[in-house]
Amino acid sequence: MTDFVHPAVIFILGALPIPFFTGPVRKAYLVLVPVLAAAAVMAVEPGSYGETQFIGREILIAKVDKLSIVFATVFTMMALIGTVYSLHLRDAGQHMAAFVYVGSALGVVFAGDYLTLYLFWEAMAFASAYLVFARGGEAIRAAFRYLMVHIAGGVVLLGGILLHAAATGSLLFGPVGGAMNMGSYLILAGFLLNAAVPPLNAWLTDAYPEATVTGAVFMSAFTTKAAVYVLARAFPGTELLVWLGTVMALYGVIYAVLENDCRRLLAYHIVSQVGYMVAGIGIGTELAINGATSHAFAHILYKGLLFMGAGAVIYVTGRRKLTELGGLYRAMPLTVALYMIGAFAISAFPFFSGFVSKSMVVAAAGQDHRALVMLALTMASSGTFLHTGLKLPYYMFFGTDRGLQAREPPGNMLVAMGMAAALCIAIGVFPGPLYALLPYPVEFEPYTGVHVTESLGILMFTALGFVIFLRALDPENTISLDTDWFYRKGARAFMWIAERPLARYEKAVSDFSETAALPFLHRSARRGLQLDLQGVDGLVNGVARSILDGGGVLRRLQTGVVTHYALAMIAGLFAAILLFAVVWR
Amino acid sequence: MIKSVVDFFGDAEHARPRRWLFYLVLVLIVLADFVVPREHAEYLWERLPGWSAAYGFFSCVLLIFVSKFLGHRAGLMRREDYYD
Repeated sequence: MTDFVHPAVIFILGALPIPFFTGPVRKAYLVLVPVLAAAAVMAVEPGSYGETQFIGREILIAKVDKLSIVFATVFTMMALIGTVYSLHLRDAGQHMAAFVYVGSALGVVFAGDYLTLYLFWEAMAFASAYLVFARGGEAIRAAFRYLMVHIAGGVVLLGGILLHAAATGSLLFGPVGGAMNMGSYLILAGFLLNAAVPPLNAWLTDAYPEATVTGAVFMSAFTTKAAVYVLARAFPGTELLVWLGTVMALYGVIYAVLENDCRRLLAYHIVSQVGYMVAGIGIGTELAINGATSHAFAHILYKGLLFMGAGAVIYVTGRRKLTELGGLYRAMPLTVALYMIGAFAISAFPFFSGFVSKSMVVAAAGQDHRALVMLALTMASSGTFLHTGLKLPYYMFFGTDRGLQAREPPGNMLVAMGMAAALCIAIGVFPGPLYALLPYPVEFEPYTGVHVTESLGILMFTALGFVIFLRALDPENTISLDTDWFYRKGARAFMWIAERPLARYEKAVSDFSETAALPFLHRSARRGLQLDLQGVDGLVNGVARSILDGGGVLRRLQTGVVTHYALAMIAGLFAAILLFAVVWR
Repeated sequence: MIKSVVDFFGDAEHARPRRWLFYLVLVLIVLADFVVPREHAEYLWERLPGWSAAYGFFSCVLLIFVSKFLGHRAGLMRREDYYD
């Protein structure tokens, strides 16, 4: 244990003293914690740490291998960037929640057994929910829905873990493999919920746009990617995931066309991008797992950057609907440029990070002879550029000038965006260091001539479609129904049943009992008492009195004088003889 | 520098050079697709130069119209106060 400092501990314990610092000291401290955690991640050696026993089962607090290290690396990087982005924030609660959230995500990434995993999993849900609650007002409802969905998912996961432990006799976390049973399906369902796989996706697009400006940056990075990690660990090569992932990739981009809220549009693109990762895990070859992992790595950074850009606009203008935004490019050129770097990265333009990661998943689908998956994923990348690279920036920064008062966001926000943007470009230009971190050896060359022209062809002719059909894409002042309809309307139906039919039934029952049943019971009790006192008691008393009286008479007969007894015996003898004579006659 | 680049894409006065630059890029991409070597082509479409341009355009149009169909005709899009 001495050579391993758990990075989760640094974040979670590091969150505690935040309220006691103020001003520049707090800012320095906030940056110090992720830096220390990053150092701890860099120093970590593969191996098993913290083996112990719990309820007769083996527990492994931390299991370190290449897969966990690559996720931990990008998690701490993103934690540092997100912390810099939120340095201007005075609210200690949000800083603490963000640190606990990051720490729990790291706990999940290193968890060697299902119980440790589960504890950090739930901590992640609660800490992240705080980042939505912290916005208050309208967001509270969304925060409650978010929490309820994750608690439900957590219960499913716990059920799966218990069944799995009962079936296999082990709590250790690793590839499930072999025949899937009820336990492994429940675990898979719990993981898929956090990965926002449709139809379990609506919590994400419901809650992320409602979070605080800085909270959404953290949320976009951790929950879904921690889920990608556990899927890659436990369910590589599961055929179901290929199809779920492919559907997901298209599902997200289709909804993004309809979306008017800038952060909800980006949230739908998380669904789409995580689809590539889920599909990659489902394919399960070395190239595919590498692709899913590197895409998660790249995704965390560019999606963080995109959320930071949209957050900067919301922070400065107070508006989030595309129908209310426009013409900001003159006032916020740096934000525009940094946002566009994120947009190019997510769209997989050559020399940006998405290009070297997304293409690995697509190539893996091709190698595995899955032409349909390959075509669907390519179509989804067209949609990605269409929305995050063209529609969103066009309507947010260019388009109709709404005459909004705007300026560049605070310096720390720009610095954080600059850090993420630099990484997006660095990974795209020099993919070597990222490839070296991946779980399997990489024999993949992203920069071939045909790959570059193909990608540019897809993307730039998408832009042509955008230019031609620009009017069709005009944002509309609407919301889109997603699967949250079922529990939002379902909860309403439940409340209606509770408030109307159930409440009326309850009132009728209590009215009946007050007006009819209770008086009847009172009357019959009184009658019973009367009957008891006068009837039953009288009878019992009468019998007792007669026995007492009879006893008194008998006692008087016993005089104790011998002559009386002799007289009685003679009288008895006469009576007996008389009886005998009468009977024998 | 960044400001002038951003302004080039925003200001109305640059609309004409912007359009020509865009068309030039499109033409260059298609031309380049004809000259790049394709020794590892595994699928039929990978052997067709210009395929990606056509597929990109097709994907874009399909996504826009399928989504709008689902939104307007299948009733996915609702008024903002739908859940209130």
